[in-house]
Amino acid sequence: MTVLGVLWFILIFVLIIGYFVLDGFDLGAGVLYPFVAKSDADKMRVLHAIGPVWDGNEVWLLTAGGALFAAFAPAYATVFSGFYLAIMLVLFGLILRAVSIEFRAHGNDMAKLWDVLFFIGSLLPALLLGVAMGNILQGLQLNDAGDYTGGFFALLNPFALLCGVLGLVHMLTQGASWLALKAPEGSDLRKNAVAMRKVLCLADIALFVVAAIAFNFVVVPYLPYPVCNVAVAGACAVLFAVVMVAQFVMCKDAEPARDLWGVLLASLGCVFMVCVFAFTVFPNLVPAITSTASITVATAASSEATLGAMTIIACIGVPIVLVYHVLVYRAFRGRVK
Amino acid sequence: MDLLTDAVFLDRLQFAGTAIYHYLFVPLSIGFGLILAILMTKAYKSGNEDDERLAQFWLKLFTGTFAVGVATGITMEFSFGTNWADYSRFVGDIFGAPLAAEALFAFFMESVFLGVLLFGRNKVGKTFYLVSGWLVWFGSCLSALWIIIANSWMQTPAGYEIGADGTAVLTDFFAAAFNPSTLQRYAHVLVAVMLCGALVAVAVGAYYLLKNRSEFAGKRLVRIGAIVSLVCVILMVPAGHQQAVEVAEMQPAKLAAMEGAYESGPMGMSLFGWVDEANQSLLTVEIPGATSFLASGSFDTVYPGLNDMPAEYQDLPVNAVYQCYHLMLLFFGIAAIVVILALLVSFGVLDPKKHKWPLRIMFIGWAAALLSIEFGWCTAELGRQPWIVYGELLTADGVSAVVDPVQLIITLVLFLVVYTFIYVVWARSFLKTVKAGPEAIGAAEQAAKPAEMDVEVQE
Repeated sequence: MTVLGVLWFILIFVLIIGYFVLDGFDLGAGVLYPFVAKSDADKMRVLHAIGPVWDGNEVWLLTAGGALFAAFAPAYATVFSGFYLAIMLVLFGLILRAVSIEFRAHGNDMAKLWDVLFFIGSLLPALLLGVAMGNILQGLQLNDAGDYTGGFFALLNPFALLCGVLGLVHMLTQGASWLALKAPEGSDLRKNAVAMRKVLCLADIALFVVAAIAFNFVVVPYLPYPVCNVAVAGACAVLFAVVMVAQFVMCKDAEPARDLWGVLLASLGCVFMVCVFAFTVFPNLVPAITSTASITVATAASSEATLGAMTIIACIGVPIVLVYHVLVYRAFRGRVK
Repeated sequence: MDLLTDAVFLDRLQFAGTAIYHYLFVPLSIGFGLILAILMTKAYKSGNEDDERLAQFWLKLFTGTFAVGVATGITMEFSFGTNWADYSRFVGDIFGAPLAAEALFAFFMESVFLGVLLFGRNKVGKTFYLVSGWLVWFGSCLSALWIIIANSWMQTPAGYEIGADGTAVLTDFFAAAFNPSTLQRYAHVLVAVMLCGALVAVAVGAYYLLKNRSEFAGKRLVRIGAIVSLVCVILMVPAGHQQAVEVAEMQPAKLAAMEGAYESGPMGMSLFGWVDEANQSLLTVEIPGATSFLASGSFDTVYPGLNDMPAEYQDLPVNAVYQCYHLMLLFFGIAAIVVILALLVSFGVLDPKKHKWPLRIMFIGWAAALLSIEFGWCTAELGRQPWIVYGELLTADGVSAVVDPVQLIITLVLFLVVYTFIYVVWARSFLKTVKAGPEAIGAAEQAAKPAEMDVEVQE
């Protein structure tokens, strides 16, 4: 395991965190859309609240995918071919979502259909990405070629589904927090979002505790790989809980001035949740049930030449990308009309 | 049927189908982006309301097209992992970096500043808004560069060695990125997509001139489209030529298939014909030695024919490559004629009020450019067969071993349904916007906004 290999393990998870933090709130907003926005005006507000930023947010997923391909191609190949149908459902979700956001703005005919597709297109990724991570946590059935041989339905096991629901509920918490921040004070949209935020935050904490208990007492005894960083992963788990409790306390009075805190704390929770995953699996990227087949940083890392070139690309590109995001989030700060 | 249980065939069908479909929207996006930036610059300089409205009108056409392009591009980015896992394992050390760089340098630029264009007209300064327009276009050109780098490496791999585990390992980043075909192919593709976008501007303009309405927009679009497309047609001559020279040098089997040449010798230029693959012969009208002359400067230069290629090239679909190549040329020729008509109309040689026929041809002329592009891509990719990485990895060895035909048929059907639906929606929306015209732009914004949203601004 080289220094550059570890650096890219970290960078991949930075990109994944970037994706879950940013697209998390707009996927969440998309799933909440039919429940919090009843009037046409409120629907427009949801679309305007995420409109300028959702596309840029989604690029984090493409970047993470591209970077995984470049830095750890065997992991990219195994996960995406192994989870074939599930990944395709995520992709179809993202496609329909992009198209529905765009064409809903082009006129009012078919608005109902676009609303449904926006909801489904947001729900599929929000749910299935967590299911995928839950499966990886438990270790996959890999053959010597590194291919996943477990089949589609084996992916729908109870623990993975629990992780999927947890991921979904966390994104919903992010989405509700974002809508509470962006909706005009006094609008029905903000009232609904604030009420949702409170309930979802509690559900999020409860599900996380259930998932943590299930993982430690049901999954860990059968875990095919040793968890090297138990203490750090555990600390991240505690920090997640602390942050989400803080979010609940800060936001329970629905004070508009604290809406930004709601978003920031939900985002921070997202960071810690992904960290729990990363520290648990490290140094594996895709742990296998027969541990010799596991795809690890050491076995999967690209050559030093490639990782070096990628590091230079990242050093130039990431600051530019952050500047774009600051520019755009600043330009569109404040509540929508 | 055998084909339905053949995973390699189904994987290829899915990739080809989704790529061709994606590529309906990419040329339009990049080409429209340039027209948009030009229109926005005009509006910025003049401050004239007609100019502003025309730019906003074009923005609406652009964003719908761009959204479909982005949405269908997501599939492509992940398809290497989902459908081509063994290919991904083989090329990961080289092929992934351009994809990651594309996302980092190009996708973020395009998508972030598109958000500004869509929602920021009253939120950001005028100059920021204009710069955003140019950046969206520039980002899309950068995106094309990175994906061409990746694709060119499959055609003419360089800067690598085969490592101990049998996969390609990078030895020289710049040699891999700027491999022998990258720049030729980038120039060729970029000029082609701008031509296509410019001819759509011509078509929309011609529609208004035909209908005797929106005269300002009609004349302006025809003028800008005609000039941009003329520049593209002129640039295409050296760009296309350079690529042909590169193919002759690097991929002789592709060249032989393009001309249907089974025997070695000086290569003629076949004008049209049909390749009889069973009897290894070509029915054609050809100019002897002309291809040799264009590729090397001499009519006598000998190029190897398909009969002298190694055995694996038996799987090269010769007639398909031949026909695609010749259709590309044919449709480019038609597009060039449309460009000339557009110039004649725009500069008053043909009076659009007296002659309707040039306008009718201009209205559909863009399709020739788009077909030319699609056939060009098919020539490049079919001509690469049987290799997925030229000379190193066979296409059949690149697929995902665990994805079985049943899964592939499920996703193929889903793609067919979803993509057809999206196409219909896109086309409807596009035509509706064109029919409503630039004059509907301000009015539509008012109508789309529910009354209660006119409350005061809240910060």
